[in-house]
Amino acid sequence: MSDRVLEIRGLTVQYGLGADAVQAVRDVTLTLHRGEVLGLAGESGSGKSTLAYGMTRLLPPPGVVRGGEVLFHTDDGETVDVLRMRDAELRRFRWAEVALVFQGAMNSLNPVQRVSTQLMDVIKAHAPRSSAMSRKARARELLALVNISADRLDSYPHQLSGGMRQRVMIAMALALEPRVVIMDEPTTALDVVVQRQILSTLAELRERLGFSVVFITHDLSLLAEFADRIAIMYGGRVVEEAASADLYRTPLHPYSDGLLRSFPALKGPRRELSGIPGSPPDLRAMPAGCAFHPRCPRAMDRCGDHSPELGVPTGHAGDDRTVACWLHPVV
Amino acid sequence: MSFLLKRFAFYLVTAWAAVTINFLVPRLIPGDPVQALITKQRGQMTTEAVRSLYVLFGLDKNESLAEQYVHYLGQLLRGDLGLSFTFFPSPVADVIGTGLPWTVGLVGITTVIGFAIGTAAGTVAGWRRGSWADALIPITTFLSSIPYFWLGLVAIALLTGPASFFPAGGAYETGLVPGWDWEFVGSVLRHSLLPAVTILISSVSGWILSMRNMMVTVSSEDYVTVAHAKGLSERRVMVAYAARNALLPNVSGFALALGFIVGGTLLVEIVFSYPGLGLQLFQAVGAKDYPLMQGIFLIITLSVLLANLLADVAYLALDPRTRREG
Repeated sequence: MSDRVLEIRGLTVQYGLGADAVQAVRDVTLTLHRGEVLGLAGESGSGKSTLAYGMTRLLPPPGVVRGGEVLFHTDDGETVDVLRMRDAELRRFRWAEVALVFQGAMNSLNPVQRVSTQLMDVIKAHAPRSSAMSRKARARELLALVNISADRLDSYPHQLSGGMRQRVMIAMALALEPRVVIMDEPTTALDVVVQRQILSTLAELRERLGFSVVFITHDLSLLAEFADRIAIMYGGRVVEEAASADLYRTPLHPYSDGLLRSFPALKGPRRELSGIPGSPPDLRAMPAGCAFHPRCPRAMDRCGDHSPELGVPTGHAGDDRTVACWLHPVV
Repeated sequence: MSFLLKRFAFYLVTAWAAVTINFLVPRLIPGDPVQALITKQRGQMTTEAVRSLYVLFGLDKNESLAEQYVHYLGQLLRGDLGLSFTFFPSPVADVIGTGLPWTVGLVGITTVIGFAIGTAAGTVAGWRRGSWADALIPITTFLSSIPYFWLGLVAIALLTGPASFFPAGGAYETGLVPGWDWEFVGSVLRHSLLPAVTILISSVSGWILSMRNMMVTVSSEDYVTVAHAKGLSERRVMVAYAARNALLPNVSGFALALGFIVGGTLLVEIVFSYPGLGLQLFQAVGAKDYPLMQGIFLIITLSVLLANLLADVAYLALDPRTRREG
């Protein structure tokens, strides 16, 4: 398909090497289409952030990508594998094609440099011949994009509020007009009101500039509103992927269902909050069979010894929905 | 700005306290310098001479402590630190004036060089942690645990001798006239080489260790990851993002080290008989030369205060978070 931007195929990430290695992401395959918002949801430790770091090769040691491909389709129709790029190539690719907004709005900015310096150094790194004047103008433009007045250019990060810092980070992410922006819990550290504002800014910018977003969060109700498609991760695997409306209305995997019941719905009929009993699996000692079965309210005998494959459930028209659960036999 | 003024006022008060203690402590010690001088002259002194010595040292019994104090402060402000016994009848200010340049020259320069080398090496070692650079850590830990004067003694025992390039002591060849000519400067450099290397080896390790540890901490900060993700060059991420932040705690350490230049390497000067303040202090202690001791302590105190003020200014320049609004 021509409208794919980013394809993750069989990505496996582990921490450490040898016998003690912990597999944080197992054989994940995901596709991001042009202009789409793909939500990635799961509890802490489900591997969603590791996936984001792994696919951009930003994993801090001892994290290592053990296998898979991350294919990026450029505008010229070329396909490059991010995981096999040489260092110089990777540096050119980063931020120009895939930018990131991290969780810690507070810590993502260098505390000793002005906002303008940090906005401009990325432009300079990718367009060394641009003039200082044009970089400054671009920095001003970027701040305007996220509704921050230009006189904040000379501010230091500690002089900005958390929400403003995250806006600066978003502006920075858009500096080189990337095709893809990966957002790792961009609003988690902010209060709900600011969260709302940032999301609406983001939605508006996406509409205007047409980039794709991988939005990582544990807040499924937020995704239901903002994302086009949602992938649910558990124990390092994708257990369900569907259009956000479908997933929200009829979650197939018991884990997705549990996640949905853990957050109050922002719209629609009220439902009872129940949460999911137990705690996320220990990645060093994953249960046999389906990783979720010890916590699953609908676990069957076979869940304990056979791991279900991710596939299109029988009875579903089209191939835009996949699930890995014995309750829903796949084609 | 008001922050700096406040700090400045604070340092003035501290300096005053130090000066006052400096005034009081010798007066609490039993006996007095004139007695010491009389002993030194084996009692061969007329009563007149003894009396005039008491006046000369500001110890004539007719003055009350308060009067003496005012007197002392007035003298200090005029730069008059009294007369030294050891180098009698030179004024203490002159004696310190001859020692200070040697100490500041030797220890000052080595401290700055040590900090620069140590910080640079620590930056690289911290950045490339988990590689060959980690081999540096046990070596530096070992070196920093060696007392520098012992290193000096070993250096003298092994490297100096009648036929050696390295002189065993002094600041320049005896017989040379101090001046800005090649012969003299060359001699000074040759004499300072061993003490300088001794101090460098033991001080550089500390800087390497602390800078490396800070680099490792800072490297896992989000803004460093962001800098990587931005596709900035490795060098820029290392210098402008990681090292720039890792440097901050080291700066105050450096300022403190600057403050201790004057009195800090006493033992190296003794070992190498280097004619700096440390050696003078040593001689002053041996000769119970209270005015000289007092003068040197005062200089040490003031230089520590000055270094602290410098650290405040440096911090203000380097870390925008310490700048107060308004």
